[in-house]
Amino acid sequence: MTTTLERPAPDKQAGGAPMIDRAEGWRRRAPLLPALIFTIIVTQIPFLLTIFYSLQSWNLVRPGSQSFVWFQNYADVFTDSQFRQVALNTVVMTLGSVLIAVALGLVLALLLNRQFFGRGVVRTLLITPFLITPVAAALLWRTVLLDPTLGLVNFVLSPFGASGTEWISEFPLASVMAALVWQWTPFMMLLLLAGLQSQPTDQLEAARVDGANSWSIFRELTLPHLRRFIELGVVLGTIYLVNTFDTVYMMTQGGPGVASANLPFYIYQRAFLGFDIGQSAAMGVVVVILTLIAATFALRLLFRTFSGEEEAA
Amino acid sequence: MAVTTSTPPDERTPDTAEGAPEPRRRRGNAVDVWLGVIAWVVGIAFFFPVFWMVLTSFKTEADAYTPTPKIIFEPTLEQYEGVFSSGIGPYLANSVGATVISTLLVLLLAIPAAFALSLRPVQKTSDVLFFFISTKMLPVVAAIVPIYVVVNEIGALDNIWTLIVLYTGMNLPIAVWMMRSFFLEVPGELLEQASIDGAPLWRTLREIVLPIISPGIFATALICVIFAWNEFFFAVNLTAANAGTVPVFLVGFITSEGLYWAQLSAAATLAALPVVIAGWVAQNKLVQGLSFGAVK
Repeated sequence: MTTTLERPAPDKQAGGAPMIDRAEGWRRRAPLLPALIFTIIVTQIPFLLTIFYSLQSWNLVRPGSQSFVWFQNYADVFTDSQFRQVALNTVVMTLGSVLIAVALGLVLALLLNRQFFGRGVVRTLLITPFLITPVAAALLWRTVLLDPTLGLVNFVLSPFGASGTEWISEFPLASVMAALVWQWTPFMMLLLLAGLQSQPTDQLEAARVDGANSWSIFRELTLPHLRRFIELGVVLGTIYLVNTFDTVYMMTQGGPGVASANLPFYIYQRAFLGFDIGQSAAMGVVVVILTLIAATFALRLLFRTFSGEEEAA
Repeated sequence: MAVTTSTPPDERTPDTAEGAPEPRRRRGNAVDVWLGVIAWVVGIAFFFPVFWMVLTSFKTEADAYTPTPKIIFEPTLEQYEGVFSSGIGPYLANSVGATVISTLLVLLLAIPAAFALSLRPVQKTSDVLFFFISTKMLPVVAAIVPIYVVVNEIGALDNIWTLIVLYTGMNLPIAVWMMRSFFLEVPGELLEQASIDGAPLWRTLREIVLPIISPGIFATALICVIFAWNEFFFAVNLTAANAGTVPVFLVGFITSEGLYWAQLSAAATLAALPVVIAGWVAQNKLVQGLSFGAVK
């Protein structure tokens, strides 16, 4: 019995291989079941409950207010102008941070994909922002970096006449995004570096021997090879960043108004400060749908950009 | 793209560096040196806020509040003493407890599951794998409301075990994917040989499989530690004084924001330190963990 034989074909029954009998099937399934059951209970049941709650009018501070209202919450959500603003913020914050982080990450990955003195040290320095507890990172940005009078950013920019800028109240969304980009660029760098290092070197050698210059090698060989990794970075970044809560909570509390609030923060406000279970559940369902759209949109965009460039080449 | 605009294309050595063949070698070297310098500058720029946080944590408050930031000062440990006397202790203990126990639980559940999805696979393996990854696509906010309601109803608010269960659920899919990719590295011939020799399964596992996958177990554990330690959303919504973790403790500083930068830096440094160290150790595996094992 080789492992390759044991691995079932992607289809239901492994074609020529002997059918796994029932007892053997359960013996194989047994080690999987605890993890599977645990995951279903912890992740799926709450989500089903969310859908159930989203169809009810229920405010925790008014006991006995629980009643079935069908899609009233969704109607309310979509006529809520704040919600629309917050949804837009979420898209800008998520996609903006992801795309900037990927672009910067690509430049850094190219810089690090060469031999130079202390490369390992530079890589270690670069990944550190990603490891800092997001709550701590947000506090750091809010105080030591972006404080209008004593912050480092204004100190560094003071020769350019930018002193005294109230970053967090004047540009709340951009400030949050700056912190997110700082934290996520290292991850994109690591991902794309892994991509660059998986590129077959003989292909590059051959192109070089043929006299291709570095730019055309980059555009015609490296970039297409990296495409898969860039897409992966965008999708993963979107999945993780659409959930951003810590940074908003610590830096701006979503303010002023809802200028820098994203959906997780807004839902948190509705559920835990407004105690409106039905509405916040309905918003939760909308977020799931938005996540799917955001990821699809990001992928589409990339596809077009890349195929356009390949044609031009 | 800084790399390509900084120099005319034909002067640049290609990105994979090392052995660019002969004629361009000389000029290429100068460019290499400059690109190395740029990499250092960017690396230091990214790291600087962290460096500054650590530096500030050793200042007195007076030294932390100067219009011209101070680099030279007399270091003091008073901020760390302050943080400990303001009661970070129980929060640290909660963080350690939630992180360690949830990580152990994850490994306990994920290793057998990954085995059942790799070396001795169940039918419909790919469906199960897809299910696991799809749970990570579900935004946490979509689940927080019912989780709160249920936890409240069973009286498990502000209880460390609530966090442990949730962190286990949060990290389990990642761990299953990661562990599976490590199991798949076990050469089939070794297992075949063992089964021909008639060795019982558990012995094969212990003597052949375990040594091969143990670095993978270590890497998976580190990734889980990083996520559990940094988690904030569940912690802030479901815990308070009893079961609060370090990020929840840090929130306390936001109310006194602007007043105690040095002490805040000390607290933030303490909060970040364990994960920074874990991440430095596991840096080669970070991407693998975050991409669910898709990228090695």
